[in-house]
Amino acid sequence: MVPFAGWEMPVQYEGVIPEHRAVRTDAGVFDVSHMGELEVEGPRARDLVQSALSNDLDKLEPGQAQYTLLTNDEGGIIDDLIAYRTGEHSYLLVVNASNRANAYAWLKEREIAGSDVRDVSDDCALLAVQGPHAIERLGLSPAPPFTFAEAFLDGVEVMVNRTGYTGEDGCELLCMTEDAVRLWDAVLERGVVPCGLGARDTLRLEVCYPLHGNDIGPDTDAISAGLGWACSLEKEFAGVDVLRRIKAEGPTRRLIAFVMEEKAIPRQGMPIEGGGEVTSGSHSPMLEIGIGMGYVPVAQAKAETELTIDVRGRPRGARVVKKPIYKREG
Amino acid sequence: MAAAESYPDELRYHEEHDWARVDGDEAVLGITWFAADALGELVHFEAPEVGSAVTKDQSYGEVESVKAVSDVIAPLSGEVLEVNGQVVDAPETVNEDPYGAGWLLRIRVADSAEVDVLLDAGAYRQLLADQ
Repeated sequence: MVPFAGWEMPVQYEGVIPEHRAVRTDAGVFDVSHMGELEVEGPRARDLVQSALSNDLDKLEPGQAQYTLLTNDEGGIIDDLIAYRTGEHSYLLVVNASNRANAYAWLKEREIAGSDVRDVSDDCALLAVQGPHAIERLGLSPAPPFTFAEAFLDGVEVMVNRTGYTGEDGCELLCMTEDAVRLWDAVLERGVVPCGLGARDTLRLEVCYPLHGNDIGPDTDAISAGLGWACSLEKEFAGVDVLRRIKAEGPTRRLIAFVMEEKAIPRQGMPIEGGGEVTSGSHSPMLEIGIGMGYVPVAQAKAETELTIDVRGRPRGARVVKKPIYKREG
Repeated sequence: MAAAESYPDELRYHEEHDWARVDGDEAVLGITWFAADALGELVHFEAPEVGSAVTKDQSYGEVESVKAVSDVIAPLSGEVLEVNGQVVDAPETVNEDPYGAGWLLRIRVADSAEVDVLLDAGAYRQLLADQ
């Protein structure tokens, strides 16, 4: 167990590698109840979130969700999150645990008449059930990604969100805190493998989902991070002018994915020759090589560019690859 | 499959969780079950060059799991005669068989007096129990 944002979190149950493979081949469950949940409601809820978040919320019908960014006035990323449109005038924002207070404070300060922001994190538990057999093991029907619905799972009332952080099919189950243990036991009873934070990190890295605090943060912008697709630059939101300018001029550095060409495991903070830096690095349990992401000057950002990473004083060869690093065959 | 916990009687141990199997003026070195278990499944062994020197109580390489990196401390000084290529290619061998197929280095021992100050299995087990 390790402390994380005020929570005691398991790094692993059986082991990072078997847990990782369970999610890629069958189904695994992560207790991600540390994630924050913010509710925004009221006749002007839409105006508040639309002006605070980067993606175009008007694309969402009730029952749909989207990946989006909470940006600061400099175009930096306060948090990355999923916004769920829960009703005509209500939204649920699932934010990172470590940014829960910041995200809440930022929105609360900008609250307008007719919009109410509430932090309901302590009332909610969240279990991510991920893997090619996750939906089948839970006895659920297939549904499009980024949709959600209310359901009962083995007697527990849940919101079934077709979202995740592993690159696999699956869902995230939101329930009341008092039902969490019952839901966890029910999911395990269905043959789903319990997984810790360690596998969650290697899974997201293989598919190049950024981790806030590593790959993105208040000092990095969405365009350089390759998250321009989650920014609607036609609308007004915090920092949009900066993002428009970076887009027009072209970023000076980019968040790229790479694989090691020599035996070595890249780690966060290692310098990349030419002025870059590794922001996330680990061993890929599927590819069985070192993989990572990092910022490099644009001249080094094209796929197939050879990189040299300083692994505790030893220069080791790597190669820029297209995202995602891992993709299921067929 | 990770091995069950054991600390064979015929080995000598270093406080930093390394073992040595001394045979004449040569020794085979590795890390203990305790070290391998604490790290989790190994995914990389950064080995020294054959012919290089290792020094007692100093790091001669690194072992890495998905989440952690650890120096490997030499229990004895000497010259590297052989690196276990099987562990370089398949580091998880250390978790599966830490005292057998998962050995790391074979060295020529520089000073046999250093062997005498290493722990025996009983003393090493006591050290783990006291932690």
